[in-house]
Amino acid sequence: MKNLRRKRVLLDNLSSYAFLAPWLIGFFLLTLYPMFYSLYLSFTKFNIRTPPQWIGWSNYLVMFKGTETLPRDDRFVNSMMVTFKYVFTSVPLKLVFALIVAMLMNKKLKLIPLYRALYYIPTLLGGSVAIAVLWRRLFAADGLLNMILNSVFGLENLPAWISNPQYALSTLVVLGVWQFGSPMIIFLAGLQQIPREYYEASSVDGAGPIRQFFAITLPSLSPIIFFNFVMQMISAFQSFTQAFIVSGGSGGPLDSTMFYSLYLYIKGFGFSEMGYAAAMAWILLIIIASLTAISFRASGTLVSYGSGE
Amino acid sequence: MSKRKTTQRINSLILNLFIIALGVGMLYPILWLIGASFKPSNQIFTQASIFPKTFTLDNYVAGWKGIGIVGFGTFFKNSFVICIISAFANAIFCSITAYAFARLQFKGKNIWFAIMMLTLMLPSHVTTIPRYIMFRRVGWINTFLPIVVPKFFATDAFFIFLLVQFIRGLPKDIDESAIIDGCSKFGVYSRILMPLTVPALITTLLFSFLWTWDDFFNQLLYLTSPHKYTVPMGLRLFLDSSGISFWGPMFAMSVLSLIPAFILFFSLQKYFVRGIATTGIKG
Repeated sequence: MKNLRRKRVLLDNLSSYAFLAPWLIGFFLLTLYPMFYSLYLSFTKFNIRTPPQWIGWSNYLVMFKGTETLPRDDRFVNSMMVTFKYVFTSVPLKLVFALIVAMLMNKKLKLIPLYRALYYIPTLLGGSVAIAVLWRRLFAADGLLNMILNSVFGLENLPAWISNPQYALSTLVVLGVWQFGSPMIIFLAGLQQIPREYYEASSVDGAGPIRQFFAITLPSLSPIIFFNFVMQMISAFQSFTQAFIVSGGSGGPLDSTMFYSLYLYIKGFGFSEMGYAAAMAWILLIIIASLTAISFRASGTLVSYGSGE
Repeated sequence: MSKRKTTQRINSLILNLFIIALGVGMLYPILWLIGASFKPSNQIFTQASIFPKTFTLDNYVAGWKGIGIVGFGTFFKNSFVICIISAFANAIFCSITAYAFARLQFKGKNIWFAIMMLTLMLPSHVTTIPRYIMFRRVGWINTFLPIVVPKFFATDAFFIFLLVQFIRGLPKDIDESAIIDGCSKFGVYSRILMPLTVPALITTLLFSFLWTWDDFFNQLLYLTSPHKYTVPMGLRLFLDSSGISFWGPMFAMSVLSLIPAFILFFSLQKYFVRGIATTGIKG
């Protein structure tokens, strides 16, 4: 009897695992095994044509301080700086913009569904090569922005934004912020959850809209703000297409748009330094994991999960 | 009373105007792109206006031919093949996985689920190089397989999560009573849950289609000959050979490349909103 029952449980487990099988196989073959493989490669010198050659910590040392024979890779350090600058300007700006627009969209107007759709269009299209191509044209010396600045505001001697190392990264930040649609929709969903009574009660107490924003809206949305921040940060760190197209695959001018992913691609597939690229991938993983962990830590004090959550 | 109504009306008018002005400003680059694609090449560099002074279809004719031997007809065909296969593979295999996580009982479920959620945050770069080496070893470079095959193994955890969330929201007694009536697990999945999950499946189809359409990185990595190129790769060909005369055709093809996203978005808008709002990840 007991045996029979055990057999049935086993069969039940097995048939459940049959449903999980595609994912499990994929996980082991296409995620877990590659992860360990790239960890191994990160300690080797490997150009894909000849077998990997073990070199210990060398790849990692070159990134951060150099070895006895090899100098520090300043381009790597630069790509890290560029990426951090990009992430920590574009993500906060994007969230601020998304929140402002979400609050506009939360007003009672008939055309809101239409507006919401129109405001989402940049996000819908923004990740494509087509828009990156357009960006190159917008911010060129004789591009759309300068045409408008010149003909409407009469400004002259305007910079070629895209080919000027001082401004090139900013054009990519603008492109990132422009795609604020997803956090906007999430904020909007969050705003609609805040009970109206909170606002009514506080206005009876004489609180103005600014006071209400800081006392009600912001605290109520804090879990969502935090969630958006983490998600946007993770994806911003991995940005590739924009920088690749806008800089023509070079990360230029003067490496000023050399995103981390782009440098990884250039190292791994341009110079065939696959061991080094694998090490870079692991550093990226560590950066993203630790920033996520720090955010979760910080959320303990910054985020209020009200009783309604 | 009526005075208050008028101020209200004026306020909402101002708000409407403000939203429209901001929106037009935001969409101006896209509108300009569309306009520019109908302008002769020399006017693209001199006109900030959306509307072309002289209207021409030359850019589309020249662009469609592409550069060299392969034209955009091939690029579009390749893009559609990759995206349609990817979208359906994702919908089928992610929903099977989601069904297991949301409804079935088995040992180790919580651990696997946690692992699946972790892969959601895993930067793809960590697997890029080994996957490239593996696919190269089996001779898959310059085929669609490295892009399409992973979708048959539910590697896009985002969609599993989306579908799990959705299935958890469905009442449990339907499938429980079906099991009591002797329905198999696969029967519950295919005949009861699949039909109920259609909205989430549409969201999955939509996003996987669009993300694959825009997934430049993998196409750049694995597609090496123009016969296998997709639309983004075709656009990149223009960039590489950029002379002034190519901007017009490149703009024209850029506009065409955006059309599928436009059509899908405006015909299936509510699925977009739902997909973003329930899982809240990039879009």
